[in-house]
Amino acid sequence: MIEGDRPIFLQIAEMIENDIVEGHLAADAQVPSTNEFAAHHRINPATAAKGINLLVDEGILYKKRGIGMFVAATARDALLAKRKARFVETYLEPMLAEARKLGISPAEVTAMITRADGAIAGRSGGRMES
Amino acid sequence: MTAPVVEISNLMKRYRDTSALDDVSLTLQENTLYGLLGRNGAGKTTLMSILTAQNFETSGTVRVFGKHPYENASVLSRMCFIRESQKYPDGFRPRHAFQAAAMFFPNWDQQLCDQLIHDFELPQDRTIKKLSRGQTSAVGVIIGLASRAEITFFDEPYLGLDAVARQIFYDRLLAEYSEFPRTIVLSSHLIDEVANLLEHVIVLDHGRVVMDADADEIRGTAFTLIGPGALVEEFIGGREVIHRETIGSFASVTVECPLSDLERREATELGLDVAPVSLQQLVVRRTAPDRPGRQGDSPADRMEVVR
Repeated sequence: MIEGDRPIFLQIAEMIENDIVEGHLAADAQVPSTNEFAAHHRINPATAAKGINLLVDEGILYKKRGIGMFVAATARDALLAKRKARFVETYLEPMLAEARKLGISPAEVTAMITRADGAIAGRSGGRMES
Repeated sequence: MTAPVVEISNLMKRYRDTSALDDVSLTLQENTLYGLLGRNGAGKTTLMSILTAQNFETSGTVRVFGKHPYENASVLSRMCFIRESQKYPDGFRPRHAFQAAAMFFPNWDQQLCDQLIHDFELPQDRTIKKLSRGQTSAVGVIIGLASRAEITFFDEPYLGLDAVARQIFYDRLLAEYSEFPRTIVLSSHLIDEVANLLEHVIVLDHGRVVMDADADEIRGTAFTLIGPGALVEEFIGGREVIHRETIGSFASVTVECPLSDLERREATELGLDVAPVSLQQLVVRRTAPDRPGRQGDSPADRMEVVR
């Protein structure tokens, strides 16, 4: 879904990134065209093109002239590395700020994480990723 | 890159003692979808009328495809202006309106016209006078899209169209624009509905241009901070306030200034809510009569109390 508060081209780029990270778009898979993005999300095609070109500039997508845009072989690894690098900032810091507000100590947070992780692993049938 | 198709500088339009357009300077690029926004009487229709030679400027320069449009057939046939309340000759049926348009517009696409007649379920053989408001609007929308003119102006084209028909219009507009790029100027009051379609936004207020920017640049340039008044004012500091509301000790203040991720986190850590401001809200704030002055109502003194 397109939201109101951030540039749409960034949101388009993030949607493609998510699809790559989650494996919906494999290496060398073709990405929908600018016009397909525009029609599907009801946005301006120039805006969709800007989002796609951002990923081309970052080497996540590559262009085949006259055919379309494709996922680079290294795209998923690059995106995973980028997201891991931001994990602390994006997820941990806001969580710890909230914990501090509520008077939960870092040790308690750690214990909660262990418990929650166990619960998630239990729900997903014992499959646990480390 | 794109080339300008319309160049306007220092355009003035006066009616007796009122200024409909006041020192307007604008450039429209080819193959771009513009939103022309503003309140009733802001000068939108006057501007589009002058560009299509249906009205005359008092002073200033107007160039369309490098020439003045007045009595210039080579310029006029490349433009299509769909008015909010387009009048048709008595006894005209939609069929006649489409036949006339087919003769006038060199790029007319009859197949698209037929498809749109079907999409809008438009009765072709009833006189236009007897059509509903929405069906009359559909006639204009169909001509605007099927004309495939290099510059197409839609002035509030959806009067009387219901939500379903408007969605058909937006979808066909995007599809057409994607497949056959051209310059489209869409004047609309339903800003939230069209916001995502626009590439560039021009806002007129009392005949003056108050905003002329890429739609994606505007997105995220304003925020509303909500929380205890003193904390909100402290966070805002010297930022430009475009709207301020207080409810008891709570304040909701809209500032025009992008927030970095860090600033956003700081606001959250202070316990403030940060809400995005939609294009529609921003236009309302920019063109509302009670807009606070840029420097007025400074929060500086209240900040002293907080510290």
